[in-house]
Amino acid sequence: MPGSITSDIIKPPAPPRGGGYGGGGSDGRGASRRASMTGLMVLLAATTMAFAAFTSAFVVRRGISNDWVALRLPPIVWANTGVLLASSLLLELARRSLKSGRRTAFNRYWTAGTVLGTLFLLGQAFAWRQLNAAGIFVASNPSSSFFYLLTAAHGLHILGGLTALVYVDVQALSLRLGPSKRTAVDVSALFWHFVDGLWLYLMALFLVWG
Amino acid sequence: MSSPVVHAHHAPQGFIRRWIFSLDHKVIGIQYYFLALFSVLVGMSLSLLMRFHMVHPDAKVSWFAHLWPTAAQGGIMTPELYLSLMTMHGTIMVFFVLTTAPQSGFGNYFLPIQIGAEDIAFPVLNMLSFWTTFIALVVMVAAFFVQGGPPLSGWTGYPPLSGIGPLAGPGEGLGQTLWIVSIAIFCGASLMGAINFIATLIDLRCQGMSLMRLPLTCWTWFVTAILGLLGFAVLLAAGVLLILDRSAGTSFFIPAGLMVSDQILSHKGGSPLLWQHLFWFFGHPEVYIAILPGMGVTSQILATFARKAVFGYRAMVYAILSIGFLGFLVWGHHMFMSGMSPYSAMAFSVLTMAIGVPSAIKTFNWIGTLWGGKIHYTTAMMFALGFVSLFITGGLSGIFLGQPALDLYFHDTYFVVGHFHMIMGVAAIFGMFAGTFYWFPKMFGRMPNETLGKIHFYITFLGVYAIFTPMHYLGIAGNPRRYSDFTNFDFLGKLLPVHNFMTQAAYGTAAIQLVFFINLFWSMKYGKKAPINPWNATTLEWTVPSPPPFDNFGGQHPVVNHGPYEYSVPGAPRDFIMQTDPVDVAHAE
Amino acid sequence: MLLAPIIWVLTAVIMYFFAAKVWWFPPPINQHGLAYDAQFMRTLVITGVIFFFAQYALGWVIFRYRDDGRRASSSHGNNKWETIWTTATAVLFVGLVLTGTKIWVAVHLSEPDPNAVPIELMAKQFAFAFRYPGPDGKFGETDLKQVNDAAGNPFGLIDKDPAGKDDIVSASLKVPVGKPIKLIMHSRDVIHNFFVRELRLKQDIVPGMEIPLYFQADTPGTYEIPCSELCGLGHFQMRSTMQVMAEADFEKWKQEQAAANK
Repeated sequence: MPGSITSDIIKPPAPPRGGGYGGGGSDGRGASRRASMTGLMVLLAATTMAFAAFTSAFVVRRGISNDWVALRLPPIVWANTGVLLASSLLLELARRSLKSGRRTAFNRYWTAGTVLGTLFLLGQAFAWRQLNAAGIFVASNPSSSFFYLLTAAHGLHILGGLTALVYVDVQALSLRLGPSKRTAVDVSALFWHFVDGLWLYLMALFLVWG
Repeated sequence: MSSPVVHAHHAPQGFIRRWIFSLDHKVIGIQYYFLALFSVLVGMSLSLLMRFHMVHPDAKVSWFAHLWPTAAQGGIMTPELYLSLMTMHGTIMVFFVLTTAPQSGFGNYFLPIQIGAEDIAFPVLNMLSFWTTFIALVVMVAAFFVQGGPPLSGWTGYPPLSGIGPLAGPGEGLGQTLWIVSIAIFCGASLMGAINFIATLIDLRCQGMSLMRLPLTCWTWFVTAILGLLGFAVLLAAGVLLILDRSAGTSFFIPAGLMVSDQILSHKGGSPLLWQHLFWFFGHPEVYIAILPGMGVTSQILATFARKAVFGYRAMVYAILSIGFLGFLVWGHHMFMSGMSPYSAMAFSVLTMAIGVPSAIKTFNWIGTLWGGKIHYTTAMMFALGFVSLFITGGLSGIFLGQPALDLYFHDTYFVVGHFHMIMGVAAIFGMFAGTFYWFPKMFGRMPNETLGKIHFYITFLGVYAIFTPMHYLGIAGNPRRYSDFTNFDFLGKLLPVHNFMTQAAYGTAAIQLVFFINLFWSMKYGKKAPINPWNATTLEWTVPSPPPFDNFGGQHPVVNHGPYEYSVPGAPRDFIMQTDPVDVAHAE
Repeated sequence: MLLAPIIWVLTAVIMYFFAAKVWWFPPPINQHGLAYDAQFMRTLVITGVIFFFAQYALGWVIFRYRDDGRRASSSHGNNKWETIWTTATAVLFVGLVLTGTKIWVAVHLSEPDPNAVPIELMAKQFAFAFRYPGPDGKFGETDLKQVNDAAGNPFGLIDKDPAGKDDIVSASLKVPVGKPIKLIMHSRDVIHNFFVRELRLKQDIVPGMEIPLYFQADTPGTYEIPCSELCGLGHFQMRSTMQVMAEADFEKWKQEQAAANK
């Protein structure tokens, strides 16, 4: 067709030959898993940079003026940290179960991890309420500005991760988690562990520098 | 989270799936390209309005009053309107033209094909990245229509001017907020694109396509994606902080003790320099994002039409990698006069000079590619040659600006404006023109008109030199930038004839772009049908039909046996060896 | 082809306007300016030579290697040349930075002169204001709440502080010739910039920071000060002047202002 952007040439796929440089067979499946892993690493790199930028803003702001008042972390934050760590642990147990074919165990662990992840997010919202109740808002002090900012940014990533965890959970519980979705399990779990680690880093930042 | 690379091997049905929410990287590439074309028309119109105002600051133009009843009462453009147009000109050009077409436009279309893949790694993400960019553009354009109009703080948006709201000036209300939101959305879209490009290049190369056999275009798209990935993440963080300062009463960037419009502000303890560091940490890689794909395209085209391998392929790859790496270490050269530590300035200066070295290597290697070649002067080749000339000119003015000692005079003068326009506003644009004419046959299945192409090229080439070279002289005379008129200073009045000349040149150069658009749209419909390989070029896109089928290689899996620029190899039957030709076609590589 | 002579002509025209100094710096009025101009010339000559040869070479290969039936060379590169021009470029570029370093250090990293005449600058949308300590040699305290531009108090001098009673506030910068000056710069609102072409000096004025700029002016005259950092809609008309005068005239001016203040 004159001037068309693509034309619809349909040919049957050729039988798979040797793998390309992406690894995996040319049926694409291996390449798909590797590509997904690469994609995840790339996403994590970007997230790291964003939080590195926030960290440098934190350090600079704290250092240049003397109006910084150390923030007392709302107590529930400790419980939240424990909940988040536990959820990561549960997801790991789930992955191990899946590897050895124990599907029911996988379902149990994964669901538990997802539920705990949700609890974490709710706990963070509660932490904000505790701060509000103490009269500490986003503009009260630079230390509180950063607390709200960093927990919000982290919370957004938790939300994204939760979406993936829920997706996998729904697939698993409706018995639709076939081998082709294995990558989704690994990518979601790894992302979750990263966001968990990020939270530990933020806690350290608040405790040491906040 | 990701969709598998292998989807069904049949083309999508239905208008919406094929052209609107297409998952085909080729369609998405063309969508980006047209988004950039629209944006460049807007950006160029804004620049013409700016150039008009600079030489006729008091002119009454009746349709100004219709478009901007408050900001151009009586048809006279106010200074704040000028600054708003200037802000939007820079923003739209940098983000929606220079960061889209060369990378997301051509890169989306040709990266998968050039590496022998049948699609990009994550097609759904790719489709989302385009529409997110589109939404960002809508939000940006919306700033023109809100109360107060677009922001006036420049594309660099320095606080406190950009951080304290409407007190600072018209446009600093909703307009500035929309600007920040648009940029934030754009950051997200860029990130999605970067994920796709990097995963595709690393994981989806076909058999035989080792890294050192990649066309240089792929290398530049790859490094550009990494620059965007890391840079836009920081810009997003900065934008969030700025929005909080504006609307949540925080003080990340706003210090204490400010009085604006007779009001004492309640901010405390923030640092305007913090914004500058964060912004330029993104902003410098951004300018390499704008230029690297053009460099890749130039290498590709010079080799094709000089019938000669790129001189020093490996050096070119290392140069691209060093430019990418060093690009993250030089941001402070935008801040020499900012009040930051003079020691930092010295460190940034040395690194800035260092980054001049790989750029010089690339220039010498382009000339080396032409040396001993057999040059065919197609329009694509003309634009690639023009790119080299413009890159020499624009790059050399950077040698002045990279020295803080000299920047003591040149900072914020027209010398800077001349420098960055030569590099971004011209060389990078020429890279886009070159890519257009080179890949037009492949994208649209038809040949562009060479006569119209050459007319457009010559007049544009002369025109851009006429517009932007005088800016360097103005800089030497000390003409500050971002002034809406020059009638308040004795020394500026004397420079008006130069501004006049540049304005006339701008009108002429803008007018001739009509020829390009006519060529583009006419040839898309009526151009001569294009063969598979009209240029006898070597890379993989020239092995598939023009335009390529939905899955690029028709279900075949290419096998690569040669490097990307095997032209004029002794003993070969033709003066080019395609990458997929059998191994022993000549007794080489 | 046609592009080659076009490039050569463009190169010649561009170089002509630099060589003929058609639009140029104003003459410098201090030692720093002389050093500045020398460094500029060094850079101009080096980049000019590179510019000439690079554009000439580009034009030459465009012309010489047009397709005339000959076969193209099969060379993939030349490591010797690669090394030569890489090293040359690196040496030239880094060398330029190093020669310029002295100038930068002299402006920003050298021991400030304790006898420098202190003058305060307050930048605001859209004017510069200058303040002299007056006969008591002390700057009076200021408070933002006391700022009243209409009443001639842009600095916000407070009544309570006697040291401020004799402070001299001026809309233009007056300095004695040949004496070191310490310009203490503040901004009241957004970022501005102090620039005097003839001094070859420029410095951003950042709110929340106190930035000193040391300089000396050796030629009497009146020189324009254009704000050089975008500060809002009045940026293009934010103007002041620096008047460099004989020391006797400067002292006379200060006495006249002090008398008027009484």
